[in-house]
Amino acid sequence: MNQPVRVKTLKIDDRDVSGREDETILEIARQNGIFIPTLCNLQGLTPIGACRLCLVEIKGVSRLLPACVTRVEEGMEVYTQSERLQKYRRMVLELLFSERNHICSVCVVNGHCELQSMAQVLGMTHVSVPYRFPRLPVDASHERFVVDHNRCILCTRCVRVCDEIEGAHTWDVMGRGIDSRVITDLNQAWGESETCTSCGKCVNVCPTGALFEKGKPVSERLKKRQFLPYLTMMREERR
Amino acid sequence: MSKKRIATVWLDGCSGCHMSFLDMDERLVELFQQADLVYSPLVDLKEFPEGVDITLVEGAVSSEEDLHKIQMVRERTKILVSFGDCAVTGNVPSMRNPFGVNAVLQRAYLENVTLHPQVPREVVPALIEKARPVHEVVKVDVFIPGCPPSAQTIFLVLSDLLADRMPDMAMLTRFGA
Amino acid sequence: MTPEELRKLAESQEEARPAPRHRIKICVAAGCLSAGSDRVRDALQNEVTRRGLENECEVQGVGCLGLCTMGPLMLVEPDGVMYQNVTESDAAAIVESLGKKPVEQLVCPSDMSFFTKQYKIVLENSGVIDPEKIEDYIARDGYTALARVLEDMSPQDVIDEITRSGLRGRGGAGYPTGLKWSTVAKAGGTRKFVICNADEGDPGAFMDRSVLESDPHRVLEGMAIAAYAVGASQGYLYVRAEYPLAVKRLRTAIRQAERLGLLGNNICGTTFSFHVDIRLGAGAFVCGEETALIASIEGKRGQPRPRPPYPAEYGLWGYPTLINNVETFANIAPIIRNGGDWFASIGTEKSKGTKVFALAGRVKNTGLIEVPMGITLREIIFDIGGGIPDGHRFKAVQTGGPSGGCIPEQYLDMPVDYESLAKVGSIMGSGGMIVMDETSCMVDVAKFFMDFCVSESCGKCVPCRVGTVQMYNILNRITSGEATMEDLALLEELCDMVKYTSLCGLGQTAPNPVLSTLQYFRDEYVAHIVDKQCPAGVCQMRQ
Repeated sequence: MNQPVRVKTLKIDDRDVSGREDETILEIARQNGIFIPTLCNLQGLTPIGACRLCLVEIKGVSRLLPACVTRVEEGMEVYTQSERLQKYRRMVLELLFSERNHICSVCVVNGHCELQSMAQVLGMTHVSVPYRFPRLPVDASHERFVVDHNRCILCTRCVRVCDEIEGAHTWDVMGRGIDSRVITDLNQAWGESETCTSCGKCVNVCPTGALFEKGKPVSERLKKRQFLPYLTMMREERR
Repeated sequence: MSKKRIATVWLDGCSGCHMSFLDMDERLVELFQQADLVYSPLVDLKEFPEGVDITLVEGAVSSEEDLHKIQMVRERTKILVSFGDCAVTGNVPSMRNPFGVNAVLQRAYLENVTLHPQVPREVVPALIEKARPVHEVVKVDVFIPGCPPSAQTIFLVLSDLLADRMPDMAMLTRFGA
Repeated sequence: MTPEELRKLAESQEEARPAPRHRIKICVAAGCLSAGSDRVRDALQNEVTRRGLENECEVQGVGCLGLCTMGPLMLVEPDGVMYQNVTESDAAAIVESLGKKPVEQLVCPSDMSFFTKQYKIVLENSGVIDPEKIEDYIARDGYTALARVLEDMSPQDVIDEITRSGLRGRGGAGYPTGLKWSTVAKAGGTRKFVICNADEGDPGAFMDRSVLESDPHRVLEGMAIAAYAVGASQGYLYVRAEYPLAVKRLRTAIRQAERLGLLGNNICGTTFSFHVDIRLGAGAFVCGEETALIASIEGKRGQPRPRPPYPAEYGLWGYPTLINNVETFANIAPIIRNGGDWFASIGTEKSKGTKVFALAGRVKNTGLIEVPMGITLREIIFDIGGGIPDGHRFKAVQTGGPSGGCIPEQYLDMPVDYESLAKVGSIMGSGGMIVMDETSCMVDVAKFFMDFCVSESCGKCVPCRVGTVQMYNILNRITSGEATMEDLALLEELCDMVKYTSLCGLGQTAPNPVLSTLQYFRDEYVAHIVDKQCPAGVCQMRQ
């Protein structure tokens, strides 16, 4: 019944570490207290490698690889903090800030936003590409929740949590490229969605102020995500 | 060694950054042992002087006047500091950008006004198409995010700059702080 | 059907059709079709009927004859006379001339280098057979490779033969086909898939469309051989919906092959079964990327996912999947028929065989060509292409579409192969080749391709979604005279970042047109920025 677990040993930033063969570089780094920045990744949801913040260098591999989906291999030598990577990570953030309208000072999650704190952690003090200032809608038709597309970074955590955990698949992405937008059902108003269970998981996993609950002061708009690893753990147990 | 010459200017912002500047309180005295405040909305001088070492700019570039002023300030300043979120990111003044100047003026001066609705066109400088962060218009040397940056942040940044050091902003402040 | 029966069928085809004295083959592939070749065909047929020559002369719609710029094209056999720019009103004169002197003013000189310098493997049947008749294909040795494979080759033999041929993926990246097949063959499990990528989307490229429209069975045969080699029993042809004629002909071809037992269950009476279904693309360029294509077939949003795992290991619905391009599959049957060594004798040391190019832009002879690898760009553009028209000067040639680059004059004598093209900052790509003269502005060209990438980015990863837009905006400022040298520096930084951080090939190669034009035509960028002038006179400056 029990398959033998294969363990791989590798180096991350010159430190010797080990992990199960089905674990990713990101998981092993985190277990060993090595910080790799992420935005689209969230423990408990399928990793997709979309935000590109977790790109790392691997000796002997010409491409940069996303740590969140790259499995550990024997003898791998991973570097997570080179100057080049840090520059790219700051540029990813700058592109995200320039893409839509992120006005931190008046945002509903000012002070507990992952995009905002990531900018601070990675030392991004300004955006060197021109801001786009697109005109985007806010949908407050839902009884309890609001989606503000001005703050969305298209990490698709809401899409994944709704599909993988809640099983409702209310959220999805419409349009492509710069015109991509998260939608509820077939681009109906959220308040008129027939599939939404109003569970609020999407709001809690949203890293920014794109999804938030109505009627709460900013200081109480903390996102609660502890439920996710617990739910996925219990499901694994059941299987 | 001669004292460094510091200036502050105020473009399209709420003056909150300048209030925070004043919040340095007694540390202002300490700071201005090593430097002179040669121009500021807080002091009574009409002309922005030549040969300024450090200028803190509050506010986004929103009008013809801002545009003109910031270019002049840049020419006369060694280290130009974007001071606070409006200068660094555009912040609240930039929230009009997705809608365009006309729509905003319409809304503010005509639709929501009952007594003598009219768009002010005289004396006040014309708005430019989009409110821009300062570095999209002129070269900026130091960025202090924050809305407003705390007095402590301002004090530490200025102390560093006066000592010819580059401050580490990530430790001090962030957007929206 | 057994191999013997196939051979008999082929022979009977030859005999059953008492060759009419004259045969008029008129191209009905999309190029000539858009020039009205279907009406010309009908007019010819009517003329033949009117004169009661049905037994004397057969009018046949065939695939692409290559020289699209002169379409509609037709070939009269056995005289071997080719006519160009034929219209309905020419029908009477053409039928009248059969067996006599050709209609002088319509003759297309088939001894010109456009035709003589080509080497046809993939296109050997294009313009020769009726794409809607399987008998025509069989009469030209069609399906004999499949029959031979099933009769006396093991899957490993097939892979060895393909490996020996040195064939590399014709979709653009040039991955060794034999190696890919062998990886899928080795992957565990009994359920595997073969996918043919016919989501051709490079601007100006129509190689795959032409192959599918002119010789659909060739691709099906290649797929079936691949399926046998890797152990798959289901295949998908992913064709873009913008190719309705190709889809129609493929549907016909699949039906015909199934009826003859060349597809479906127990092919040629053996235990090998292989079914092919068509899936239509919905207009997304990114679905040419293999993982996005697979997602699309699965009914999901057409977005790529990080590789590894590669489809060879984890593909369609999680099963090992072989995915090759149309032209790659089109090379398989000839390799099996003539042997890997024969194929390897054509081309250069590392790039074997031939490559089909869609020659377009500022050359006299635009159209579809097939040339041996290693031919020089000069031969393609000046001999086959006939040079630059109207006394203009050659400036650059763009290969590889939005993922490729612009190659300047100094490399005209460079051989065309995967490595050489990569060395000068371009790629082989799927075969688009756009020639430009001095009236083209290179910044404008870069902007055109960036615009393409902006609208084709799927939006999944940040660098491609936002980076391409920022790059496009800078290019736009440059071409309108509003940019500064700082903008140019930012553009170069963005190129580097988008290239190395994007998730899939679309983003990773999106900066290539900018990078290569910057490498060879930097002075044009500077002229736009500093002098506020477009040297080619294309861009409208705001000032």
